[in-house]
Amino acid sequence: MTGRERALRRRAWLMTAPALAFLALLTVYPALWVLWLSLQERIPIFDIARFVGFRHYAFLLGDSRFLGALATTLVFTVTSVALELTARIFEWLYHPAAGLVNYVLGGAALNWLGDPRLALPAVVLADVWRTMPFVAVLAYARLLGIPAELYEAAHVDGAGRVATLTRVTLPLLRRVLGIAVLFRTLDALRAFDLMFVLTGGGPANTTETLTLYAYRGIFQMLQFGFGAAIGVIVFALVMTVAWLYLRLLPSEDEAA
Amino acid sequence: EFEAAHPGVTVRSESLPWTSDEQHQFYVVNLEGRRAGIDVMMLDVIWAPEFARAGWLLDLTSRVAREELAEHFPSTVAPATWDGHVWALPWNMSAGLLYYRADLLARHGLRPPATWEELVTQVERIRAAERDPRLEGHLWQGKQYEGMVVNVVEALWAEGTELAAGETPFPDPARAAAALARLRRSIERGTSPTWVTAADEELTRRAFGDGRAIFLRNWPYALDLFEAPASPVRGRVGIAPLPGIVAGAPGAGSTGGSHLGIARASAHPDDALALVRFLSGAHAQRAMLAAGFYPTRMPLYAEPALVRRNPWLPQLHALMLAARPRPITPNYLLLSTTLQADFSAVLVGLRPPAAAIADARHRLDYFLAARAAPAARR
Repeated sequence: MTGRERALRRRAWLMTAPALAFLALLTVYPALWVLWLSLQERIPIFDIARFVGFRHYAFLLGDSRFLGALATTLVFTVTSVALELTARIFEWLYHPAAGLVNYVLGGAALNWLGDPRLALPAVVLADVWRTMPFVAVLAYARLLGIPAELYEAAHVDGAGRVATLTRVTLPLLRRVLGIAVLFRTLDALRAFDLMFVLTGGGPANTTETLTLYAYRGIFQMLQFGFGAAIGVIVFALVMTVAWLYLRLLPSEDEAA
Repeated sequence: EFEAAHPGVTVRSESLPWTSDEQHQFYVVNLEGRRAGIDVMMLDVIWAPEFARAGWLLDLTSRVAREELAEHFPSTVAPATWDGHVWALPWNMSAGLLYYRADLLARHGLRPPATWEELVTQVERIRAAERDPRLEGHLWQGKQYEGMVVNVVEALWAEGTELAAGETPFPDPARAAAALARLRRSIERGTSPTWVTAADEELTRRAFGDGRAIFLRNWPYALDLFEAPASPVRGRVGIAPLPGIVAGAPGAGSTGGSHLGIARASAHPDDALALVRFLSGAHAQRAMLAAGFYPTRMPLYAEPALVRRNPWLPQLHALMLAARPRPITPNYLLLSTTLQADFSAVLVGLRPPAAAIADARHRLDYFLAARAAPAARR
């Protein structure tokens, strides 16, 4: 690294410092507070606040509702992200026997949100429908940025359509798709609103995610410490996944 | 009107979210966050003990004499006077009841069912004769939410047991399991459509209101909608007590409706109390009836002018008098939120009733033990 680069880097840190400090205030402080909260039995309406260490975590490990919510969160995340990126969703939409289109056209009356086997797929579908544009816009923006010369060069070199897609377009999209997967995965891991509105976590908790369980713990059961413990676990999960992705994500130089 | 009679006082209303669960969250955020500015609060009938325990409600014991509450249904006064103090005044009343298609029952020479058994037979008889695949039998609310807990609690009462307020939520686990099994069986047998497991009040109200069901468990608010000029079931609906298990002992409906309480942090407790008295007074309750909110004051149900406009009142009076409150405890929301998942698992057929009840017990024990521990200050 040259001296000039080092000076540039220092200036960059200086410029971003206020924003970073602000972010730290808004994220690190609440995160530490929640962590502290999760080690307590805290039920404000009963004036109960005492330290219980890892008691909530120990209970959660054996709590079938928690393990169910964990499984739901993971299944939801994997399926909704995978579906968005492969667009196989349409195959499924138009599936002759079980397709949604068929249903709309007056086929079998499937009990989407009331059947324990169908409720989670129905929520995933709604999520995919809602967030597909985000992925599409990201990818489209990158596509516009690919210079036409690259395609001309590929054409001159005798590359067909498939070869152009796999050798030129996809490698250039790789980073942007990686970012889309990262964002969508983190989003999906803390999914809340869809199940809150569509199913309330039911039937039989088959659509209850960790964040929904945490919400119920805090706002309905008013067990603040217990809810915070679930929140901390979600936080740890999201951080781990984000860290893994960032390690695996190709850098721009590599991609270009 | 209130402002005209109380110069210098301006009433500003704040809209609440639509569902009970979201309203509860609104209060938790605003009251626990010590937000000032709320004087009078609308409280769902299940909240007064919890809010009182949390120290959010002004104790009205010294200002409101017990005689002042005598006109209201005792079942709605009970939660408002939890722990021997007066915390709120009753505002409007509701009770679970059975709607039936009077025209269909008459055509087949049937009277409204007194027992579950009879209800099942009637559904099967009428559907066999009508040959209408779109006509469902018995609709109720089975989505995973507070309304479903109400339906289960009513089933427990019919079975001769209850959901209790104390440390033993299921005093008779065998009967509780039988009540849950009965609800599940009605879906398996086709008496109720499978979609009741995703249904709330409005979903079932619409289906019945479109003429697509014979029986419906719902609240009295639906009456006005069924009798509206454009309603397909206008003039064809009857109301009855919820079915029991043995003839001669009809089931009790759960009470609903709301109370009005005063925030302990209110800077104007006297004006607030004047407003609460005005809103829960006979005059205001008469006006609310026109909007589909039923009075908590029993004498209004016999007032000739009101009965002329709303001929259901005497029958509703009997139903509401027989209605029972859900467990009166500061732990109610904890109880309900915990149980919703386990009840739902039974209704959709994922778990056998006894196992679900045992699982619910385990979770409730953990939460209730934490709350029972040290004596709290007020």
